[in-house]
Amino acid sequence: MHTLIQELEKASTRSDIPSFRPGDTLEVHVRVVEGNRSRIQVFKGFVLRRQGGGIRETFTVRKVSYGVGVERTFPVHSPVIEKIEVVTRGDVRRAKLYYMRDLRGKAARIREKRDALPAGK
Amino acid sequence: MAKQIKGVLGKKLGMTQVFDEGNRIVPVTVVEAGPCVVTRVRSEEKDGYSAVQLGFGQVDPRKVNKPLGDYLRKHDITPRRYFTEVRTSDASEYTIGQEVLADTFEAGQHVDVTGKSKGKGFAGVMKRHGFRGLSASHGTQRKHRSPGSIGGCATPGRVFKGLRMAGRMGNVRTTVQNLKVHAVDVEKNLILIKGAVPGANGSLVLIRTAAKKGAAK
Repeated sequence: MHTLIQELEKASTRSDIPSFRPGDTLEVHVRVVEGNRSRIQVFKGFVLRRQGGGIRETFTVRKVSYGVGVERTFPVHSPVIEKIEVVTRGDVRRAKLYYMRDLRGKAARIREKRDALPAGK
Repeated sequence: MAKQIKGVLGKKLGMTQVFDEGNRIVPVTVVEAGPCVVTRVRSEEKDGYSAVQLGFGQVDPRKVNKPLGDYLRKHDITPRRYFTEVRTSDASEYTIGQEVLADTFEAGQHVDVTGKSKGKGFAGVMKRHGFRGLSASHGTQRKHRSPGSIGGCATPGRVFKGLRMAGRMGNVRTTVQNLKVHAVDVEKNLILIKGAVPGANGSLVLIRTAAKKGAAK
């Protein structure tokens, strides 16, 4: 990649995003604009996947809302995201947790990582 | 040629994405525009048409031939690699030796971008013309990507001219019209154009005011 493009991408890269990986439970604080007001909406779920690299990296968060699975994909460096809070670190063996879509109830839990650092540190 | 066309030569650096004011992702092509220099001004009286000649890029001065080298020396211009003419009605407002930079254009404007498309070599009809090919099954043997019939038998007894067939694809001058300028970085001399632009990274592109869309929109 050309260095001038790298500089350009660096300008819109965010440095305040905590490190997280698939299986972690996140609270994504999203800025929602309604007319001319904007408010913060929290989307809480586990990270299904991280995909892409650099400025075009995205992650998908899945949650089950009123019995319906909801997945939302955000660009990691999107200005829409107010902040990301890591609630728990999950213990998973895959990079893409697509198998979680087929699991219900008790089976659809992710074990917490035992030796993980407390969230937010 | 009543329109006042602005133009600048540049180098396609590659594509990336940026966030716009509504926080949406915009795919952009980054073009290093210029620095170009006006090497000649064509006028209606002298040349029969009105245009601006632009020079861009570096070249070894020893490799420039005498007629061109002497002409440029006369006007105190260092030799350039590429030259192009932009037909515009307001050519007389340019002066020889004047610099043309990225600030020729501004964000929100529509432009036409010309470049040389990537060469694809000898390509079949599916890739070159978007033919559907033959069936994957139903007894098709070793003919899955072939064009099928290319005409009748005794009538007309020949293949029509211009029938689309396999052949060389790409590596031709291509223009994409009505692309929007997303942003202009005057300091770094970059123009960010929304969407894709013909040619490989590092290749020469010519950016001009859009011929079909309103000049300053």
